Amino acid sequence: MNQNLGISIFPLVIIGIVVILAVFNWEKTWSGVKKGISMFISILPTFLTVLVLVSVFLYLVPESMIKNYLGQSSGWQGLLLGSAIGSVALIPAFVAAPLASVILKEGASILSVSAFITTLMMVGVITLPVEFRYLGKRAALWRNFLSLVGAIIVALLMGVTYARLP
Amino acid sequence: MPVSHKKEALRYLPFFIFLFGVVISFIIKWQSGIKIALNFSYYAKEMLLFLPLMFILIGVIDVWVPKEFFQNQAGKNSGLRGIGWMILLATLQMGPLYGAFPVAQLLCKKGCSNRNIFIYLGAFSTLKLPMLTFEIGFLGLKFSFLRCFFTIPIFIGIGFLMDKLMGQNYSLPEEI
Repeated sequence: MNQNLGISIFPLVIIGIVVILAVFNWEKTWSGVKKGISMFISILPTFLTVLVLVSVFLYLVPESMIKNYLGQSSGWQGLLLGSAIGSVALIPAFVAAPLASVILKEGASILSVSAFITTLMMVGVITLPVEFRYLGKRAALWRNFLSLVGAIIVALLMGVTYARLP
Repeated sequence: MPVSHKKEALRYLPFFIFLFGVVISFIIKWQSGIKIALNFSYYAKEMLLFLPLMFILIGVIDVWVPKEFFQNQAGKNSGLRGIGWMILLATLQMGPLYGAFPVAQLLCKKGCSNRNIFIYLGAFSTLKLPMLTFEIGFLGLKFSFLRCFFTIPIFIGIGFLMDKLMGQNYSLPEEI
């Protein structure tokens, strides 16, 4: 779908903005670019560590496994399983959305799928090393905990309302 | 080597151990290791294309947009307008949540209130437009609409709660 569109437009927009600003004031813009690059370099090792974690996780829990486990799930078990996988996994939307739709077609309840999707968005256990550095440990842990609780509330509300609405 | 440099180098240790494992996997043709390496290259591509540009944009915004702008629009007394700005900013972005943390750091540096920063993170994780198009495309408008409808008050609530929990003195670490 628009995956390629989005991925190709976004860098162009950024490059466009930077070039226009550079025409106005080269020195100022260049100092901003340098600042950005040095920020990137300082966080790079943490990002690489997270990427290592993600690639190992993806091997241990591949898409087919998520499909098998969540595909038949419902009730409390589905809520628990969906939010556990969603909390830990790091899956981009263009992979997660079609996956969730397949899981739904296989017979999973809206509760399980909502729990999976919402925790996937809001909770990031595997990216905690990055979050620790940016928010501090305490704030990162609280944010993830509250987001987990919030995501479960959203999933429960979805489970209750979805089938009742046209 | 000075202590700080040594510490910097140590941060690369997990990555180098991984790299070593990958090389070994290819030599002894260990399939699991090769699969993990392929996963890594898939995600690394996404990161290397997207993150450096994103950081450059953050750096450029940092020098171009004056602190007063953010302070007035999303500072301590910005109320609903501040929340609106945060949601607008978040929906127009793309990429994974870890790409939002450096933006949050910039917002903090520019004087946005803690509450608004956490609302920004909530909005980013749940309302980005590129992500919504996929959600609507595969799970339907009804699913997506309901999910957003329930999530918005939740993440705004989390913003208020985080602000209370972390207290007045909290701010995002400046040096990371």
